[in-house]
Amino acid sequence: MFKYVLKRVLISVVTVLIILAVLFTMLHSMPGSPFNDEKITAVQRANLEAKYGLDKPLPVQFVNYLKAMLSGDFGVSYVIQKNMPIASLLRARIMVSIRIGVQAVALGTLIGLLMGIVAAMKRNSFLDTFATVVSVIGVAFPSYVFAMAMSYFIGFRLGWLPLLYSTADAARSTVMPTISLSMFSMATVARFARTEMVEVMGSDYMLLADSKGISSFRLLGVHGLRNALIPIVTVLAPLTVELMTGSLVVEQIFAIPGIGSLLVSAIQFNDYNVVLAVVFVYSIMFISVMLIVDILYGVIDPRIRLAKEDAST
Amino acid sequence: MMTAKEYASLVEREDFVPAQNRDLGIDKVYSAQSFWKDALGRFVKNRGAVFGLVMIVLIVVMAFAGPTLSGYDYRTQDMSQRNLPPHIAGWESAPVFSGVYTQYVNGEPIRSNVYTQKGIEDVTHIFGTDALGRDQFARTWTGTRVSLYVALVAILIDTFVGMSFGLVSGYYGGKLDFFLQRIVEILSTIPTTVIVTLLIVVMKPGLTSITVALMITEWIGMSRVTRAQTLRLKEREFVLASRTLGESTFSIIFREILPNIFGQIIVMCMMTIPNAIFTEAFLAFIGLGIPAPLASLGSLISDGFKSMTMYPFLVLFPVTVLALLMLSFNLMADGLRDAFDPKMKEM
Repeated sequence: MFKYVLKRVLISVVTVLIILAVLFTMLHSMPGSPFNDEKITAVQRANLEAKYGLDKPLPVQFVNYLKAMLSGDFGVSYVIQKNMPIASLLRARIMVSIRIGVQAVALGTLIGLLMGIVAAMKRNSFLDTFATVVSVIGVAFPSYVFAMAMSYFIGFRLGWLPLLYSTADAARSTVMPTISLSMFSMATVARFARTEMVEVMGSDYMLLADSKGISSFRLLGVHGLRNALIPIVTVLAPLTVELMTGSLVVEQIFAIPGIGSLLVSAIQFNDYNVVLAVVFVYSIMFISVMLIVDILYGVIDPRIRLAKEDAST
Repeated sequence: MMTAKEYASLVEREDFVPAQNRDLGIDKVYSAQSFWKDALGRFVKNRGAVFGLVMIVLIVVMAFAGPTLSGYDYRTQDMSQRNLPPHIAGWESAPVFSGVYTQYVNGEPIRSNVYTQKGIEDVTHIFGTDALGRDQFARTWTGTRVSLYVALVAILIDTFVGMSFGLVSGYYGGKLDFFLQRIVEILSTIPTTVIVTLLIVVMKPGLTSITVALMITEWIGMSRVTRAQTLRLKEREFVLASRTLGESTFSIIFREILPNIFGQIIVMCMMTIPNAIFTEAFLAFIGLGIPAPLASLGSLISDGFKSMTMYPFLVLFPVTVLALLMLSFNLMADGLRDAFDPKMKEM
């Protein structure tokens, strides 16, 4: 187990380093320098470069860059909000994104589980078909299809919910983004839950528990669901990816001041510092989730851990 | 314990009736079928998959014929015909494509037929026109071509990069496998969004950079599947036999192992396609798509969204085509998976 965890952590660290190296290279390959002013003399420029450590050899600069990025100092924004430290730009926005993301996962998992269980209990019924159709559509359609449809019909035509995000009415503003983001989680979880439940329900230990005469509630909840839930951890990683790409688009549609929309406007205004910072934050979030998921696998189910060690050696 | 006699007393003569011919079970003999024929049979029975296939064929045909059918091309602007609603000449009283433009003022619909007002009833714009007076029908189908191109690229990358990577890594094993798997692990730990965004920020947005982005990200799943399958097969007797007969490694990999995992490879290809199409549409939406005047479904949706409350039809058609395309590829992938490997069903 220790070896397994160590290996996962090592890979994550290497990945973070590689991402930082790529970002550093990108910074350096950008045309121009911060001191492009023609009025600056050669001496002044040398002084400025010395002040910001730009005269040092590249490896030293890279180490300084590493230190800065890892301690959360991402530099300043050039275009979006001139000279605003990016860290404080991010701090204001990250909570909104996280809130909607967490809400979406919670909602999607809850409804998905319910749908999956009902579908597995009432196999080949109308409910089962309905759940299958919903989960196929949820996986196939990009989240912005739902977001746009809701924003047009519920937000604009019916006027039930705010069309655009407003901080004053945050709770109601997050309803539509949450639902549209949760469609993918819901569909994936429903699919998985159904498959697992069908398998678990057909297993010998469920037959045994049933023949002992325990209540069907206990049978489902304690014996069935608990075993069916384990493999659902596997969908966590694709869910995070989907949430990240989904949030970029959904935040754009509902004008939510989150980090997704920050990245999009940074790209559109060529504010490289901000782009790199957001990309870095995204990577860290994703890598942490992957690491947690990988370790969870190992903790929950030793078979997976052993199989993974087998496969990689 | 009961004696035989006591048993016999429990059984009545009426319990037994002579067997009728219809009660006799005769084993049904199925004719042997090849794997591919079997798979085809299962695929055709799957209604969703067939629907997907038919939709894909329809969309492909429209992508090639659509722009010509409309009589316009995707880039000709006509400032006198901006933001026209969907209209087919002669359908003025039909419920759809009548050219009626509905504007909502405080939730109250105000309807007017723009075509009659302008006196251009004989002009047909099936999907309407955009803010620059370009025919949306031609643009939508031209844009679909980009999605189909991306699908094609995804298949090529999957088979050339992903499949070869997996085959080599799985078959050779040892240090090479270890090294290749570390590359896969690290690449898969970097979120695709990040790779793609960075790449397109560095390169200019356009088809080339989208292709390169897909090249970096889309082959990983395929390489994993191929590797796992190769690991499973390489110890089998038929591989050992070929090796004993002195077959070259190249030939063992591509002529002995590959045909046996072809089913999984096709399924995996089909699963990559919706991903790739989505990546392109997503990039277009956040402003990293192919530049104007070219169009892709993603960029049309992105442009149309800006005036969605005024002209919803500008979004409606590209979104519908994109959604149908994604749905069809997903359904077809599911159908193929079930057809090739019934055991995998519902995984």
